[in-house]
Amino acid sequence: MATISELHDRLSRREISASELLDQQLARIEEQEPRVHAYLRLTAELARAQAQAADRLFREGGPVGPLTGIPAAVKDVLSVQGVEVTAGSKILAGYRPPFDATAVARLKAAGLVLVGITNCDEFAMGSSTENSGYFVTRNPHDPQRVPGGSSGGSAAAVAAGEAVYALGTDTGGSIRQPAALCGVVGMKPTYGRVSRYGLIAFASSLDQVGPLTCSVEDAALVLEAMAGVDARDATSADRPVDFLSELEAGVEGLRLGVPREYFQVEGLEPGVRSAVQEALRRLERAGAELVDVELPHTDYGLAAYYIIAPAECSSNLARMDSVRFGIRDESAPNLFQSYLRTRRAGFGPEVRRRVMLGTYALSSGYYDAYYLKAQKIRTLIAQDFQHAFRDCDAIVSATAPTVAFQIGAKVDDPFSMYLNDVLTLGGNLAGLPGISVPCGTSGGLPVGLQVLTPHWQDARALRVARAYEMVRDAA
Amino acid sequence: MALLARLGLEPAEEEFYAAQLGGILAHIDRLREVDTEAIPPTAQVVPLANRLRQDEPLPRLSPEEALANAPEARDGYFVVKAIQDSGDA
Repeated sequence: MATISELHDRLSRREISASELLDQQLARIEEQEPRVHAYLRLTAELARAQAQAADRLFREGGPVGPLTGIPAAVKDVLSVQGVEVTAGSKILAGYRPPFDATAVARLKAAGLVLVGITNCDEFAMGSSTENSGYFVTRNPHDPQRVPGGSSGGSAAAVAAGEAVYALGTDTGGSIRQPAALCGVVGMKPTYGRVSRYGLIAFASSLDQVGPLTCSVEDAALVLEAMAGVDARDATSADRPVDFLSELEAGVEGLRLGVPREYFQVEGLEPGVRSAVQEALRRLERAGAELVDVELPHTDYGLAAYYIIAPAECSSNLARMDSVRFGIRDESAPNLFQSYLRTRRAGFGPEVRRRVMLGTYALSSGYYDAYYLKAQKIRTLIAQDFQHAFRDCDAIVSATAPTVAFQIGAKVDDPFSMYLNDVLTLGGNLAGLPGISVPCGTSGGLPVGLQVLTPHWQDARALRVARAYEMVRDAA
Repeated sequence: MALLARLGLEPAEEEFYAAQLGGILAHIDRLREVDTEAIPPTAQVVPLANRLRQDEPLPRLSPEEALANAPEARDGYFVVKAIQDSGDA
């Protein structure tokens, strides 16, 4: 699959126009989509106009950047002005945001050609894209298996060559886990790196926007275009943005922490473990030092996450009230019944579960036992990482404990589905940057290597992932 | 709980979710094993100071844009169902 920089070179040399590139992209989508089902809707008309604008820039010598004219996809949770965006939910059917999310606006300014909106679990709640209110996306490596989730449509689109890059969001692993299961690169930046303005919120203290790409360099390029402070998101950070200058610096002399607990989690498949161990051996041969580190509260991360994320979502989803946007059950005789009937008709099972769980955890008399307790555990988990980073520069592990699983295998047991996020959600609870890079296969299916680094060390995570990519591809 | 969350579930659905949520809460109850007496709760995960701006109006949505996605709107307002009725409220 061609990378952003390869395509940029071809566009710059005028070997191909952005409009021709778009035609090829749309043809590829038409060919792959009956098998993959990555897209909820295509935006070919918009893409056509954006590609023509890009061609004018190339023709007239206007300002072009690495992303100018590159076809890309956006997850169905980021606002795109005038384009239907539904958060994978029936309750928002027909909703057309009147503004762009900041991440989308910045990519538009960087020359985005938006080919379509990708499928995801409803309100980004899930690990398989089976919770979409519309349909299930298939893993391009085996259509009987899930692509992971919640950014499963974005991961599958990139893996199947249906987009050069795609945007996702990551609340507990929703970029990194589908990237791992589909064999692409996925990066969750430090909390605060990318503005959340215009992102349909799931859990506001955990959500981050990030890229899914074919290569680590592509992830750095997309992140560089999106990142940076935004007056419209008070949690976006005013920090220098530079993800490219140390990308090729290698791992010589870096200490990579191997957390014992992350190699002992329930359900870690032997084939995943051995693929990751082989990746670590290669990083060691490339000059990294592997050191043992401890994350002693790992066992409690899942429980804390499944209080905090549902609590925040129950609050955020209160705005789905049949008044300002989305569907309304017109049979309701009054406002109260309108809430009940519309939310019953519009929300699928996983959203119902989490909204009830969160409402319970925040309800009077239970707040201390659940929400406050979970926020204290969160402190312990963040401290675990701080302590570990005294002894290492980055933490490495599998991204997900399993390869892509069969469609339907976990839908009746929500808890077994949640376990697929056990290695990624710690990064969200602690606000750390994390990247997943493909590291071989198990039973013919992709495995992901996760690299976590301290706050604001996004560039270092990219650097380690890039170093691994080089030793992997050299082998 | 479903009513508090404004989800109009049928009785059979309530039983279905009660059983599932019971299992999830059983796992969550493991948090009690951890002594957190002296641990402060996390209020924000990345240290950020309040960012203030001048109190000046910025570009905003027009009333038409703000109402464009409403199921029902009239004369610049969102229209909601009646608060009370004589029916099965």
